[in-house]
Amino acid sequence: MLDVIWLIPAFPLAGFVLILLFGRRLGEPRAGYLATTMMVASFVVSAGAFLDLLGKPEEDRAHIEELFSWVPVSTLDVNMAFLADPLSITMCLFVTGVGAVIHLYAIGYMHGDAKFSKFFLYLNLFSLSMLLLVLGENLLVTFLGWEGVGTCSYLLISFWHTRESAATAGKKAFVTNRIGDWGFMLAMFLAFNAVGTLSYDKLNLAAEEGLLSSSTATGIAVLLFVGAVGKSAQLPLYVWLPDAMEGPTPVSALIHAATMVTAGVFLMTRVNPIIAVSSDWVPTLIAWVGAATALFAATIAVAQNDIKKVLAYSTISQLGYMFLAVGSGAYVAAIFHMVTHAFFKALLFLGSGSVIHGMHDEQDMRKMGLLRKAMPVTAITFVIGWLAIAGVPPFAGFWSKDEILLFSLAKSPALYVVGLVTALLTAYYMTRQVVMVFFGKARWESHAEEHGAQGDARPHESPILMLLPLVVLAIASVVGGGIQLPFSDATHRLEHWLHPVVEAGEAEIEGTWAYDNKYLLLGIATVVTLIGIALAWLVYERRRLRVVEPKVLEHAWYYDEALSNVMGGPGREAFEATSWFDRNVVDGGVRATAWGVRSAATGLRTGQSGFVRASAGIIGIGAVLLLAWFVVVRGIL
Amino acid sequence: METSFPILTALIATPLVGAVLVALLSWRRSAEVGKLVGLLSAVVTAALSVWLLASYETGEVGYQFVTQQMWIERWGISWHLGVDGISLFLVVLTGLLFPLALLGVDPHHNGKAYLVWMLILEAGVMGSFISLDLFVFFLFFEIVLVPMYFLIGGWGYEGRVHAALKFFLYTMFGSAFMFVGVVATAFLARESVGRITFDLVVLQEQAEFATSTGRWLFFAFAVAFAVKVPIFPLHTWLPDAHTQAPTAGSVILAAVMLKLGTYGFLRFGLGLFPEAAYWARPLFLTLGVVGIIYGAIVATMQKDLKRLVAYSSIAHLGFIVLGSFAFTSQSISGSVLQMINHGVSTGALFLLVGWIYERRHTRQIAELRGIQAVAPIFAAGFMVVMLSSVGVPGLNGFVGEYLVLIGSFATARWWTVVAAAGVILAAVYLLWAYQRVFHGEPDEENRSFRELTVREGLVLVPFLAAIVFVGVYPKPLLDRIEPSVTELIEHVESRTDYVAPVSPAGERAGEEEGGG
Repeated sequence: MLDVIWLIPAFPLAGFVLILLFGRRLGEPRAGYLATTMMVASFVVSAGAFLDLLGKPEEDRAHIEELFSWVPVSTLDVNMAFLADPLSITMCLFVTGVGAVIHLYAIGYMHGDAKFSKFFLYLNLFSLSMLLLVLGENLLVTFLGWEGVGTCSYLLISFWHTRESAATAGKKAFVTNRIGDWGFMLAMFLAFNAVGTLSYDKLNLAAEEGLLSSSTATGIAVLLFVGAVGKSAQLPLYVWLPDAMEGPTPVSALIHAATMVTAGVFLMTRVNPIIAVSSDWVPTLIAWVGAATALFAATIAVAQNDIKKVLAYSTISQLGYMFLAVGSGAYVAAIFHMVTHAFFKALLFLGSGSVIHGMHDEQDMRKMGLLRKAMPVTAITFVIGWLAIAGVPPFAGFWSKDEILLFSLAKSPALYVVGLVTALLTAYYMTRQVVMVFFGKARWESHAEEHGAQGDARPHESPILMLLPLVVLAIASVVGGGIQLPFSDATHRLEHWLHPVVEAGEAEIEGTWAYDNKYLLLGIATVVTLIGIALAWLVYERRRLRVVEPKVLEHAWYYDEALSNVMGGPGREAFEATSWFDRNVVDGGVRATAWGVRSAATGLRTGQSGFVRASAGIIGIGAVLLLAWFVVVRGIL
Repeated sequence: METSFPILTALIATPLVGAVLVALLSWRRSAEVGKLVGLLSAVVTAALSVWLLASYETGEVGYQFVTQQMWIERWGISWHLGVDGISLFLVVLTGLLFPLALLGVDPHHNGKAYLVWMLILEAGVMGSFISLDLFVFFLFFEIVLVPMYFLIGGWGYEGRVHAALKFFLYTMFGSAFMFVGVVATAFLARESVGRITFDLVVLQEQAEFATSTGRWLFFAFAVAFAVKVPIFPLHTWLPDAHTQAPTAGSVILAAVMLKLGTYGFLRFGLGLFPEAAYWARPLFLTLGVVGIIYGAIVATMQKDLKRLVAYSSIAHLGFIVLGSFAFTSQSISGSVLQMINHGVSTGALFLLVGWIYERRHTRQIAELRGIQAVAPIFAAGFMVVMLSSVGVPGLNGFVGEYLVLIGSFATARWWTVVAAAGVILAAVYLLWAYQRVFHGEPDEENRSFRELTVREGLVLVPFLAAIVFVGVYPKPLLDRIEPSVTELIEHVESRTDYVAPVSPAGERAGEEEGGG
């Protein structure tokens, strides 16, 4: 299977081309089934590649498949090539697996949309880009996928483009991502100039063999991190992700929760040997940006009322955890959390989509409540997702989050505390959401008439096509933690699997206090989670405590608004001023010159009267002056 | 390389013959025949250029298909034509673009004169790209102005007369310097060459100038080219000319005529005066980077869609200038490729903007709205071209920009860091423009916006195909461009103390091969 690794991206490519050519003829629902089939086919190939790799001894678990020479100019020779190793195949498995499930869900969700087949066209193009990103053998192929997913994200966020807010959100996402891409590009330039290659293999080897100076490694690592911050919505570039919720909900689940936004974490893991030889402050920076983002976004999620916005900030927060892991040298934990997060966050988003669908496009949680009665399957699966993200044992999120906290404590107690507080807040805001949507009192009746145009205003359960994916993801969210359990060496399955990729960068924590007391940490994390849940339950379900939702949190610390004000105010004025400068100074200079020439010419023209006597006079005067010049100045005669 | 058929002469002669025939045909009696003859001569030229491409020997250094006939013996002026990797694709681009531009839009009046001017323009542009004699090059470089002046003045929009005059005078101003430069070069080189000659190849190999003389001469050429590119701050003729020119005029102006400047810098600037070019490097690197950022910022604030595209050209051309003066094989190859890429994507953008004007009779962004809702295919075409212009990988624009930047990073690191920020700005102004024109709910005026017609679609498809092909598989182009670029750099190295950076890859790759 490994030598046909190119089939993994080829299937969604085929889907894209087929829908591009025959989309209108295929129509609904066939275009959807075609796209889904392509994802399933990719998943099957990925699984085959996984088994192939598994059958090999650990040191042989890397296979490079070169397709063609992409950008060859003298010493720069970048191939379109794929690298199949434990990391990329892990990514492929969950991208295609979760992707296929979400494709299936979208067939139900997008039912009746006029641009049904176009939606699947974009989805397949996105999947293609995402798979190029993870399979790339070098930085440039990854960058191709990296910008490809960004472009698809733009197209999909602004999918309902007649809505001004959707169009603006798409543009914002693209531009913000581009700021990060600037860093990514410079990292490539630096790497090429230092090592002469963009291939991960050779770059990582150079780092491991000490051929990469610490300052160069630092430069590359930091610049790649800038790219990661943009793509994975970390501080200070996270602002596009909450707005990205303007896109259809399957998009939010696939792109803005499960796959694309994790690309930054993937990239950091891919180059972990380079981070390992860079200056010490680089991992510390990464860890602190991650921790700060995790806490910051979690505080915002506490006061949001839009069902998807809560999940969006929660995603930013969870991605922060992953960067905290990367910075703490816990690459396995980062990937572990990425996978479990893909399961439960996709589940939560799809569940919220089901709710929105059942509520006739209502997204305000204040107008929901008691939906477990009307939508039992959605409610049960959503509850599973809630338990998983909150970190209740034995659900998937508990194990992965705990692993991150363990490593962060080994790095610095302060990071651990931030991580723990975030865990508390996570449990709190997720409980708040579950209560507001599925428990408490039904607040939707009073608003029924707003949505009641079709007559049946009552919330209803979604069709089977949408529920099936929820069930699949719910099961994954329950058992997903099984790939990496802390009990014994044998249950560290993911760690053994990823070992060849991360051995250079993975922190060694055996012997630290944190490691020796890991069961105590498990207990602390559990208690903290339960406190968070209990608090929210008391506030929102039992109404025993006062609701605390400060305005500043509702407005996301006013960060985004401040940014917009700067951009729209001084930023725009500076642009205007430049434009004014161009019109009046640069072009003004040209016009002034032209005017000068013309008026001088006009002045001289009056001398050309055409009268012989005038000409003769001028010749005479000229002759006298010339003569005078020769005599007086040159001293001739 | 010897060919029995003088294909390069034919590339100039065919459109010229076409122009004469069209001029002789009575338009009143048989306009259709006239159009057909004109179009046919453009198509034949296109076919010739494709044939040229097919028979070009990849990997060979030096000029191919060379023709040389003595013209004015006393002054050493000869009809000397040839192509190498630097000019090859510009010739092909010119050949393919003219028939597409003719097919894409009809002139609204006096089709005969329009066709004649277009064909003369084609001959002039072709001649400029393949002349290897300074005097002949100068002739073609100047001839080009005349048809373009009449095209803007005759078939342009409301401010056409002013724009045409500004274009003509501004470029003539530059050319005056170059004329002095051309003549002075030939005469001053007499000592080292042994005779008066305008032959580029001879001059490049044998002419030696005193340092300051070389620099003066370089600047005489550089002013003309800088106006043509245009390089900041000599650019303000461009937005006016572009905005007022008829659609086909804008397409040709952006796609090939601006390249006369960037091509001139490489062929005559670096080729004839390597020492001076090397000396002037910091200036041009800086102006290139300023152009990238400045052009983008000013583009963002434009209210006229066509003007916006015009300013985006200034930004894109900045990359080409940066790459040309960074003196590495990646950066200059990237510049050459970017000349083609910009021609394709900006050419297509001007076509699309022209089609928008035909439908809505306005170029004001504020008056356009929600077009994607009523014309999704049109919008999709615009989207692909726009993404190419933004520099999204997988499409052509990225490959050129990327090569320019990665090559420039080696010799002009901080310039590159700033220039790379230009890709952020490109996304800002293009996406914002797209949003205002295509997104949103269409209002009354825009609701009847006509979908892309079959004819327009057929014209657009070659552009889209080129955009995707070059983005995915640029190797065939790079394989032909790179040897000539490397030769040019070696030429610079042999005349200056400049040493092109050797990337560690060469050594490493060598080691690996050696080690087996």
